[in-house]
Amino acid sequence: MERLAALPFSKSVEIAYKSIRVRFFRSLVTTASLVLAVAFLCYVQVVNNIATSLLQSGDPEALRALARAGYDINGVTTIGESAQQQWLVALSLLVCVVGIINAQLMAVSERFREIGTMKCLGALDRVIMLLFLLEAGMQGFAGSLLGVLVGTLAGVAGSAVSLGAIVFAGLPPAALALTGLQSVLVGCLLSLAGVLYPAIAAARMEPVEAMRVEQ
Amino acid sequence: MVEQPMQEHIIVRTTNVTKSFQLGKHELLVLKGISLKIAAGRYISIMGPSGSGKSTLFNMIGGLDKPTSGKVFIDEVDIAQLDAYELAWLRCRKIGYIFQTFNLIPVMTALENVTLPMIFAGTGNDEAMERGMELLRLVGLDQRHSHRPSELSGGQQQRVAVARALANNPAIILADEPTGNLDLKTGEEIIGLLKQMSSERGVTIISATHDFKMLNVSDEVIWIRDGLIDKIEQRDELNISMGTIE
Repeated sequence: MERLAALPFSKSVEIAYKSIRVRFFRSLVTTASLVLAVAFLCYVQVVNNIATSLLQSGDPEALRALARAGYDINGVTTIGESAQQQWLVALSLLVCVVGIINAQLMAVSERFREIGTMKCLGALDRVIMLLFLLEAGMQGFAGSLLGVLVGTLAGVAGSAVSLGAIVFAGLPPAALALTGLQSVLVGCLLSLAGVLYPAIAAARMEPVEAMRVEQ
Repeated sequence: MVEQPMQEHIIVRTTNVTKSFQLGKHELLVLKGISLKIAAGRYISIMGPSGSGKSTLFNMIGGLDKPTSGKVFIDEVDIAQLDAYELAWLRCRKIGYIFQTFNLIPVMTALENVTLPMIFAGTGNDEAMERGMELLRLVGLDQRHSHRPSELSGGQQQRVAVARALANNPAIILADEPTGNLDLKTGEEIIGLLKQMSSERGVTIISATHDFKMLNVSDEVIWIRDGLIDKIEQRDELNISMGTIE
């Protein structure tokens, strides 16, 4: 018996992309919690980036604004996340992963028959797995970008409200870019982590099992 | 080459296949030992009442499920011995599947559904598109190639499924109750299409069914009852028992 060659990666990407596009609203629901979590992560860091930038500028007016806003600026060179903020961010990310797993489990079980059919047509387990990971990766990337955009805007706006217009003079582009990049990375990883279990379960199904499911 | 009807190529062979399912605490023996041989190029119907085990047998032959005991050979290869890549090749290239519930991919157009097995088989995009359109023309749906399954009638969906089953020129087409969800007329159209494939392309058709319309076109009918082969009738024997065949 001959062996089937692996599906080219570009083809997998194409199939995954089409699948997301067709199921746009379903994808939005899956991605919504990720957008919020990434936005929150990004917001917290952007606020700290801005505060740090103002602190390091040494401008007396900026220091007064920081003190007025309640920052402890005596003897520190950077403003990091407080313990409370760290807890909140970690919790929000955790809730987000659970939300994604939940949404992906639903999405995958809606597609059991489709998965079974694809296996009958010659899809290997790893192809099914790869398709779900690719979909999640794309959703994660798009959702994180949106989250970073929302989080950065909210962070800048929030800082402007608490510190005044002075923040616009001292926006730190490099630090903000790094924060955005980190947040996108975290978002993609969360999305992939969330789909891992559902994708493994789907890929391992025997085609008959998958198609026996009533839908 | 001179035809040698005595040395027919056996494309499917099963030896003493059994299958049991665990239902709660009870073990249900669905297949109780099926041994059969199917010659290449024939139109075979597996007939039997619902619950007789014919769909289970169908799944065993198609390599979609594993027997509890016994062996299934496709082209004299024991399919239990195949690794994942070989099994995928078998499902992709050797066998075309048609299901009662059509099972088209809902998010893909008719053409994309037909070309999917070709993509899995490594066919290039252009060639896949061209052959996909050819197959859709064959089943009379080339005008509707950009429609999704939800925009097609049941009969049209099943015709797309027939085109998809033919995508990689399989040696065997397995059809599980292909007319089960169709009305009389569209059911007959699908049966006619399958018969046409069998006679024009020499594809072996194996169909699990309880649709008596299928008898008219079958070369051989395997009757299953309670998980065992009840009887195997050839076409000429059917003539006598039915008396209504053209």
